[in-house]
Amino acid sequence: MAVLTYRDALNAALREEMQRDDNVFLMGEEVAEYDGAYKVSRGLLKEFGARRVVDTPIAELGFTGIGVGAAMVGLRPVIEMMTMNFALLAIDQIVNTAAKVRYMSGGQIGCPLVIRGPGGAALQLGAQHSQAFESWYANIPGLKVVMPATPADAKGLLKSAIRDDNPVIFIEGEMLYNQKGEVPDGEHLIPLGRADIKRPGNDVTIICHSKTVAPAMNAAKSLADEGVDAEVVDLRTIRPLDQDAILASVAKTHRVVVAEEGWGFAGVGAQVVDLIQREAFDDLDSPVIRVHQADVPMPYNKHLEKAAKADAAKIVAAVHQACYRG
Amino acid sequence: MATKVVMEALSPTMEEGRLVEWKKNEGDAVAVGDVLAEVETDKAVMELVARAAGTLIKQSVAAGSTVPVAATVAWIGSAGEAVPGGGTAAGGPAAGVDAAAAQPAAPPAPAAATPPTPQQPAPAAVELPAVPPSAPAGRIKASPLARRIAAETGIDLGGVSGSGPEGRIIKRDLDQLATVGPGEPRPPERAPRQRAEGGAAYADVTLTPMRKTIAKRLVQSIGPIPTFYLTAEADMERASDAREALVARDESGKFSFNDFIILAAATALHQHPWVNAWWMEDKVRQWHEVHIGVAVAVDEGLITPVIRNADQKSLREIAAEVRELAGRARERKLKPEEYTGATFSISNLGMFGIDEFTAVINPPEAAILAIGRIEPKPVVVDGEVRVRRRMRITMSCDHRVVDGATGAAFLKTLVEMLEYPLALVW
Amino acid sequence: MGVTESPPRARRRGPDAPFADQYRAWLRGMILIRRFEEKAGEAYALGQVGGFCHLYIGQEAVAVGTLAAIRPDDYVVSAYREHGQALARGIASRAVMAELYGKATGCSHGKGGSMHLFDASLHFMGGHAIVGSQIPLGTGFAFAARYRGTDQVSLTYMGEAAANIGAFHESLNIAGLWKLPVVYVIENNGYGMGTAVKRAAAITELYQRAASYAMPGVEVDGQDVVAVKQATDDAVGRARRGEGPSLLEIRTFRYMGHSMSDAASGTYRSKEELESSRQRDPIVLLETRMRELGMLDDTGLGAIEADVAAEVADAVKFAEESPEPAPDQLWTDVYAPEAR
Repeated sequence: MAVLTYRDALNAALREEMQRDDNVFLMGEEVAEYDGAYKVSRGLLKEFGARRVVDTPIAELGFTGIGVGAAMVGLRPVIEMMTMNFALLAIDQIVNTAAKVRYMSGGQIGCPLVIRGPGGAALQLGAQHSQAFESWYANIPGLKVVMPATPADAKGLLKSAIRDDNPVIFIEGEMLYNQKGEVPDGEHLIPLGRADIKRPGNDVTIICHSKTVAPAMNAAKSLADEGVDAEVVDLRTIRPLDQDAILASVAKTHRVVVAEEGWGFAGVGAQVVDLIQREAFDDLDSPVIRVHQADVPMPYNKHLEKAAKADAAKIVAAVHQACYRG
Repeated sequence: MATKVVMEALSPTMEEGRLVEWKKNEGDAVAVGDVLAEVETDKAVMELVARAAGTLIKQSVAAGSTVPVAATVAWIGSAGEAVPGGGTAAGGPAAGVDAAAAQPAAPPAPAAATPPTPQQPAPAAVELPAVPPSAPAGRIKASPLARRIAAETGIDLGGVSGSGPEGRIIKRDLDQLATVGPGEPRPPERAPRQRAEGGAAYADVTLTPMRKTIAKRLVQSIGPIPTFYLTAEADMERASDAREALVARDESGKFSFNDFIILAAATALHQHPWVNAWWMEDKVRQWHEVHIGVAVAVDEGLITPVIRNADQKSLREIAAEVRELAGRARERKLKPEEYTGATFSISNLGMFGIDEFTAVINPPEAAILAIGRIEPKPVVVDGEVRVRRRMRITMSCDHRVVDGATGAAFLKTLVEMLEYPLALVW
Repeated sequence: MGVTESPPRARRRGPDAPFADQYRAWLRGMILIRRFEEKAGEAYALGQVGGFCHLYIGQEAVAVGTLAAIRPDDYVVSAYREHGQALARGIASRAVMAELYGKATGCSHGKGGSMHLFDASLHFMGGHAIVGSQIPLGTGFAFAARYRGTDQVSLTYMGEAAANIGAFHESLNIAGLWKLPVVYVIENNGYGMGTAVKRAAAITELYQRAASYAMPGVEVDGQDVVAVKQATDDAVGRARRGEGPSLLEIRTFRYMGHSMSDAASGTYRSKEELESSRQRDPIVLLETRMRELGMLDDTGLGAIEADVAAEVADAVKFAEESPEPAPDQLWTDVYAPEAR
């Protein structure tokens, strides 16, 4: 197994899928000549040329709609958002066309499209550049929402997303790009819709995804020191949600903490809690506790920003609450 | 479409009713106005009449069960019609079965523990103000998982004290209970005293509406556990003499007064099932076994190791066991099953020079003894003032279970046993 | 704006003579749209058609003229007033009417409705009901054609109000920048719902906006189907030759209200203006020309009308008799089938 950064794992996935299928192309701001705002597309222009690695003007609605149109007639576009904050400008095309065209057309016209880019907060980027929007997209039938946390997942899931016949919102993380991890050699595909037990445990389940996976693992480590054996479930795909994996873990541990980067109100965690209370009510020994961003726009000041973000300490505190400790 | 028959509010203050007897059987034809069942309310035995005509296709609760007002007790419809919640007329009673479920398989079953309840209106002996009709019955807070485990294992959550927020019963509370096992029969080391009910660990007594009303009113009056206190003084001369003689004869036979009190209390409890009991919200569990919790001071506070089946043990055995358990308690090495499951508790502060005090009941137990020091004091004996070694005993009683006279009777027995130690071996 | 001005009409070329069959087909096409829409309006009034329903009456020459200029493998995408384009593209009137009725036999299987007519086999890529949202899509079809190296063209319709939305600017800029094979057709019927062009656009000559995007902008008389066809021919030819996109501003009139819930005249346009617009009816204009050229007489016109009436009656009957979608269709077509 090679050790790759998350960034290079994504790059490898793009390269392999572009080699595999001529219908796959990458389009977005600064993806070609600049080699990618976050260098995910490094070297692809050189290898595949301007036909398949396409720089666009700053026009998210326009180039996303072009991507949706191209997908409607059978191409497999990968549209890069410099950040998912900018995808709000394109949300009409994502929600009103990509997610619905198959249904509105009675199944005649699909939209095999990937929209990908970093989501959530990095460091001190302020209110407009620090938002986790996965719950917005996950609310929409017709879309899939994928959020890998590790290099191996990034590669295996992006390859599957590109091969998927549905529009997939693939949300990465600026803070994840430099993370290193082992990535299986050769063809590495991870099916969408499958959660991953990042750490098995018996006392409490921590459900997390994307940038809350690492804090959840750290939390589990410190909990182990005090004798609490936490199971860390990385959702990996938000929609479709891996209900079986969630319920199996709850059945084992009876206590749950759900951590996410975004806001709590109507967030991903709310959906997970809904599932658990409905399908695993009799397995619960305590209320499900959620950890999420403070219900405010992200402040610039670094102390305030830290206070607003979900982190390992907050997860540990939530686990204590769920386990009736202190 | 089948029509539901619900438990009707047959008195202004009725919140639940005990279905005393079915007057119509499943399959019987029913006309509007027919008496379906007799229901005991908090005031009287009333008739539950049919509001629809047809066939009584299902009795949803068994006779003897207590169900809340508005709960479904039966279905009237056309013969053979299916009813919600499964099945047509047939099958056993669905709810309200009140057996001592935690009972290990020990024939015979403890009589389903439902002695006939008096069916006359509440006697006038206790004049009770009307209960506000909307006051919700004391809901047991338990996590869904705890409820599921309880349902699967037959543990009655009413007898479990919860360690979660606001007393919520959670899994670990049941884990401890499960390891205790309220009715483990022990191999007797000597001829056991004959127990009632063919050796069953306890009998659950269905609460009569009056008992319930007493409980509710008293709780409203003074708090979750309506406690009152009874104090008595025992003459410890004979006990002291006996102890001195025993210790002088055999150093290994060393025992404390407290061990003696445990034995006396355990023996006395045998005769007073209302004191050796648990309050379980919807019923009182009268234990046939006697498990005495003995309060032991430890660094961080207090722990109460349990002397199981104390009434079956010799003084020597009790003394050894108390010493052993107390030692491990101070080292914090007790297993959960060694400090849970008491049916009655004793707290002794005599060694700290306390004359008398009141102890706090450890729910669901119904009473606890607080033992003061033994001190010589002048008393009148046979018309003369004499100096005797005396000891004051105060019992805290949960009034929902133990009434004044009940508690007094127990104390009387106990004092006799302390004053005439031979009674213990009689 | 509208009929009171005299727009340039120089763009119609040459004698029409050899095209009798074409003219007859266009005449029939326009009459079909009109009679179909009249029936659709009737069915709507009777509660057979639900939701929103935007009729095409008055604009028939735009759909028929533009769609006569492209090939079957080209792409077509429109907004929500698209019954006319759907019929002119060749979707069976039965399938269109059944879709309005929400039936399983509709061209979108009853899941689209009036505003979402689709036929993938005819490359009819839909009616889209967010103003302007189809403009990037049409641009995307052109991108795909370029990507694949075909000479397909994307014919992308919009109402004139969509020319004021951001998607218009972003799309035309990229299409001009990349020289994509797309023909943007603004159907300028004078009103975005109830707002006249001059109340919505700083420059009311919308075709002039093409100058910003390095593409030709052409104003076309939308009541003259021949002029529409010829202007579209030019633009499609450019696109097919790889010379880039064009913007056609085709000026037309809608005789009816914006939708079925809106009177044809009243609050925002006068009865006189509406009456005056009807003086240049696209069907009458072509009919007159054909009579002048000796291509049509009363018998011929009667035969067309009778043929169309029969087709529309058949479409209505078909729609009425068609089954509702099966209940399980609620859950299908949300995602692609798992097995590929």
